[in-house]
Amino acid sequence: MKKVCLCESCAQERGVTDPTGFSLADALLGGMPGQKTVVTQTHAPVTAGGGKQCPACGFTLEDLRRVRRFGCSECYKTFNDELTGILRGMHKGSLHVGKVPKGLMEQQVRDQRLEELRARLDQAVAAENYEEAAGLRDEIRQIELHTGISG
Amino acid sequence: MMRFSTLIKYPADWMTGANADNSVVLTSRIRLARNLRDEPFPGWATREQRAATLEELRPAVEGLAPMKDGFSQTLSDLSSVQKQVLVERHLISREHAARGDGSAAVIERRQMYSLMLNEEDHLRMQAIRPGLELREAYEGLSALDDELAQALPYAFDPKLGYLTTCPTNLGTGLRASAMLHLPGLVLSDQIGQVLQAVNKIGLAVRGIYGEGTESLGNLYQISNQSTLGESEDTIIRRLERVISQVAEHERNAREKLLEDDPDMVADKIGRAYGVLRHAWVIDSKEALNHVSLLRLGSDLGFFTNDTMRLADALLMDIQPAHLQLHSGRKLSPEERDAIRAEIIRSRLHSLPPPDIRPTTRNGDNPNTPETSGDA
Ligand SMILES: [Zn+2]
Ligand SMILES: [Zn+2]
Repeated sequence: MKKVCLCESCAQERGVTDPTGFSLADALLGGMPGQKTVVTQTHAPVTAGGGKQCPACGFTLEDLRRVRRFGCSECYKTFNDELTGILRGMHKGSLHVGKVPKGLMEQQVRDQRLEELRARLDQAVAAENYEEAAGLRDEIRQIELHTGISG
Repeated sequence: MMRFSTLIKYPADWMTGANADNSVVLTSRIRLARNLRDEPFPGWATREQRAATLEELRPAVEGLAPMKDGFSQTLSDLSSVQKQVLVERHLISREHAARGDGSAAVIERRQMYSLMLNEEDHLRMQAIRPGLELREAYEGLSALDDELAQALPYAFDPKLGYLTTCPTNLGTGLRASAMLHLPGLVLSDQIGQVLQAVNKIGLAVRGIYGEGTESLGNLYQISNQSTLGESEDTIIRRLERVISQVAEHERNAREKLLEDDPDMVADKIGRAYGVLRHAWVIDSKEALNHVSLLRLGSDLGFFTNDTMRLADALLMDIQPAHLQLHSGRKLSPEERDAIRAEIIRSRLHSLPPPDIRPTTRNGDNPNTPETSGDA
């Protein structure tokens, strides 16, 4: 079977500028309401050989080969081996040297801190150390309030 | 929030940007693709997941300062003509228009920024500006992106950059493009050569109204292809350099045509004027090609100064969905051609015929020897 890439730039390269072609990809990808299950059911069951599947979203290697697009951001980890082949010749390089989302670094540090505090809170509650638990809870709340996250 | 009719009633700021020189580079456009970390990409998400993503994205996007008093609408609440009008204004993509449930468009009131929610990626944000202003467009958009990054958990990988649905957008998620009007290069048969050279440096070129790479109205779009392995700044710098060079070729070609074959130029522009002033039925291909010559004529001094704006407004308003919106009903192609001709006639009603011995824009007579270094 011949592989056809339907992404914007490949479609342009092929001279297909009528992007209704993309709706076809959309339908294939299961973007239309209620179609996802249908599409998934038509998939061959995961085979021992090449049936990798994204644990986060269920996207399979077969899906990737067909549409050359990913199901979720976790897919990039799942299909890391295949990615190298896909990226070959597509870009000027293979490493991101551009912008980094503002606050991402702070966010990672903060998330780690929160995780740590929550673990300690669980321990404190389990140990019925309510005074410490109250203090930890305040600290967690403060970080959450400060950064506008809830839960 | 703004109503659709109000949004569309006024021309976009980038169409009327009176200060910008847009005689060759009409507009500059920057697009950034972004996704949320914990939601499947729109094409793979279930209906419920798409709705949940939209619910997360929408308040953050609507809360951006420039979006205050802007336009915000789910695509399923827009008619197909309304969606098509937004496509013709370059405010949403064709692909976005084809999506219904769970997708939305949030557009700044001056139409300089528009954000597509649940397009191919969760978020596609774009900025359009008149003339060659890629850097300015990027800076404005990047500021919005920074604000959103604080509010939304973006899918980002330190090695791969912003994670996008299609790996062609991976890394910066940046597509920078400019729309160029190149009648001088077309009339002097240099266009193929120039576009080939642009292609060779890894930039994409396409005609903007035509099928494939064919162009209508001598309009071409140049954009970057690679998004990974280079910084935004590098990508934009290269593109700006190449576009400036193409624009200079175009200006030289125009001057040279006027010098070498003024009768041919005057004849083309005169005929275009004649057809546009007097046609009763005109299809969009013919109209675009003649409006292109009106633009050229305006740049070369055949017409009064504001003819460029008149032509630019026509480029937008004679498109099929704009015509249908204008007349408030669905039109057959034949009806469209008649209404298109009618609109053009009325807009050109008070435009005097071309001055067949024009002076150039800066007032010099092209026949007098020019001082060098005037490029
Ligand atoms: Zn592709
Ligand atoms: Zn996945």
